Amino acid sequence: MRRVLAIILVCTLIAGVGVGCKAKAGVVNLGGIFPMTGASATFGTSSKNGVDMAVEEFNAAGGATIGGVKTTVNYINEDDTGLPEVGASAAQMLINQDKVIGIIGAVMSKVSLAIGPIAQAAGVPEISPTSTNTKVTLVGDYIFRACFIDPFQGTVMANYAYNTLKVTTAAVLYDNGNDYNKGLAENFKASFEKLGGKVVAYEAFTDEAKTVDYKAQLTVIKAANPAFLYLPNYYGSVALQLKQAREMGLNVPAGGGDGWDSPDLVKIGGAAVEGGVFSTHFSKDDPAPKVQTFVKAYTAKYNEPPDSMGALAYDAAGLLLDAFKTCGSIKGSDIRDAMKNTTFSGISGAYKFDENRDPIKAAVIIKIVNGQQSFLTTVNP
Amino acid sequence: MGQFLQQLINGIQIGSIYALIALGYTMVYGIVRLINFAHADIFMFGAYMGFFLAPVMAKIFGGAFIPTIIAAMLITGLLGFIMEKLAYRPLRYKSRLSALITALGVSIFLENFCAMPFVFGPTYRAFPSMIVARNITIPGNLGLVISNVLLLDVGVSVSLMVLLFWFVNKTLMGKQMRAVSFDKPTASLMGINIDVVISTAFIVGPALAGAGGILYGTTYGMLASPFLGIWPGMKAFIAAVLGGIGNIPGAVLGAYVMGISEAFATSVNSNLGYGIAFVILIAILLIRPSGLLGKFVPEKV
Repeated sequence: MRRVLAIILVCTLIAGVGVGCKAKAGVVNLGGIFPMTGASATFGTSSKNGVDMAVEEFNAAGGATIGGVKTTVNYINEDDTGLPEVGASAAQMLINQDKVIGIIGAVMSKVSLAIGPIAQAAGVPEISPTSTNTKVTLVGDYIFRACFIDPFQGTVMANYAYNTLKVTTAAVLYDNGNDYNKGLAENFKASFEKLGGKVVAYEAFTDEAKTVDYKAQLTVIKAANPAFLYLPNYYGSVALQLKQAREMGLNVPAGGGDGWDSPDLVKIGGAAVEGGVFSTHFSKDDPAPKVQTFVKAYTAKYNEPPDSMGALAYDAAGLLLDAFKTCGSIKGSDIRDAMKNTTFSGISGAYKFDENRDPIKAAVIIKIVNGQQSFLTTVNP
Repeated sequence: MGQFLQQLINGIQIGSIYALIALGYTMVYGIVRLINFAHADIFMFGAYMGFFLAPVMAKIFGGAFIPTIIAAMLITGLLGFIMEKLAYRPLRYKSRLSALITALGVSIFLENFCAMPFVFGPTYRAFPSMIVARNITIPGNLGLVISNVLLLDVGVSVSLMVLLFWFVNKTLMGKQMRAVSFDKPTASLMGINIDVVISTAFIVGPALAGAGGILYGTTYGMLASPFLGIWPGMKAFIAAVLGGIGNIPGAVLGAYVMGISEAFATSVNSNLGYGIAFVILIAILLIRPSGLLGKFVPEKV
């Protein structure tokens, strides 16, 4: 009797597992991991908004066809609270319980680095919208990102300065105590010289939180007589550097990276930052019809204009779903291969991945005009 | 040659601000043998006073700079007076270490108290511009540029220093200060009121730091956070030691040496800039352990 019971029990279990393995007809799960609470909750909210919108649009457009069955996507959003360990357990849950076809997330590089190995081991593609640390995608071949990495901005600005502003000499002043500034500076120098330009002065300082006087470096730069000034630093020190440069009579155009992207730049720098240009991920003032349609739809849905977080999350989800639709399979390796070869055209530019699964795509150039950020152009790599 | 002179000018400008802070360190040390670590935060306090007072003063007086710097000096002087009364006086005859630790405590308190959102707040502040910056290009082919802000920095600090020398060397209070600095018990036996003398030192030193704060704000146009005093304060403290702590002309000389060597070292190699400046300091202190103008006093055993 007991044996019969045991056999029945085992059979039920096997049957149960069998049912569980078979995806519910017509619906698959997509996971998202974002900080919905904690210090960076606003980033999480914007990101979730972006993904929600992408999923809705995907389903409204008919979803994907998997083995002849029309399949829509159900989005499951998890909160990582900004902590790597919480993000890791959320990833376990999404992969083992919800059987997601892919994961969008996370915002912060440290969280992405914690969920990356889990997704990689399970063979589930993961795409982070905004983690910029180079190491994030080096975890394995299932890990992608939707934003360009920091050093890329140096290349963008070098192209812009050389090709659009038509300058052939440039000077760089950067913080040598921070990887962000250093990466941008090195890449600007390398790219600018590759194009045929000359970096006539390459000056550093240590710790922009402490330094206020840049006149010694600027004197050296001025003596080298550059036609362009590259300042890949954060807005506070950029404002000071430009003020002191103008005070010393160094009146050449200046540029930088997304560290400039703050209203405080103009508040502190005043007239000195006027005309400055910087590269960033996305501008809601980009007149491209695609961007404007997105901005309108997003604003109508959430009552606020989209920021870079929302736009990049929208792109990340769109890209993954597009790959899912193209390959017509729920197998992780198929979706991964489709993502690798994607030519997805998103809000923040057309996507193409390099061998490290970092996107090669356009950056937006913003110019300070009359103390306001105004969209200037998009620069392709 | 042009660049050499320009760097010299840059160094003199930074040195002027360091000098105003260094004077406070050296005065207090000379009289009570205490390194007042909170001095750097008084400098910060002065800068923030400028931030809040300048718009008000501009409304009342039309021109803002002179009334603002005077008001800031009065307020930081008062702050120094209160600080001495509350924090240092009760410990005057305790071990010197207790006073030193207290100074650190006062410093940390001032920084963090001021960083609270309802006090000064921890974010960037644009300093109101009281002087319209103008460049003066020096005729000749060297391409030297001097701004009126630089002239103002140097002018204000040199005149305050001259005023201080006059005060210390020519007035009765100055004479009393020198006496207390020389020998406290004897000075007290001669009928000098030590409390008054010490309080005066704690008013004059911080007032100079307050003026330094206003110059800092005017020169750089930005107050990063209430922790902004730490770095210039550290440099000024080293300048005071370099010049011979306790010696007033020494502090000024040390500050200019510090500013100028920093500018030159940075121009030679900006990656090593500050490092080279500190190597110069170490070298000078190895040769003259009591500082450039300090007197070497052999300890009798």
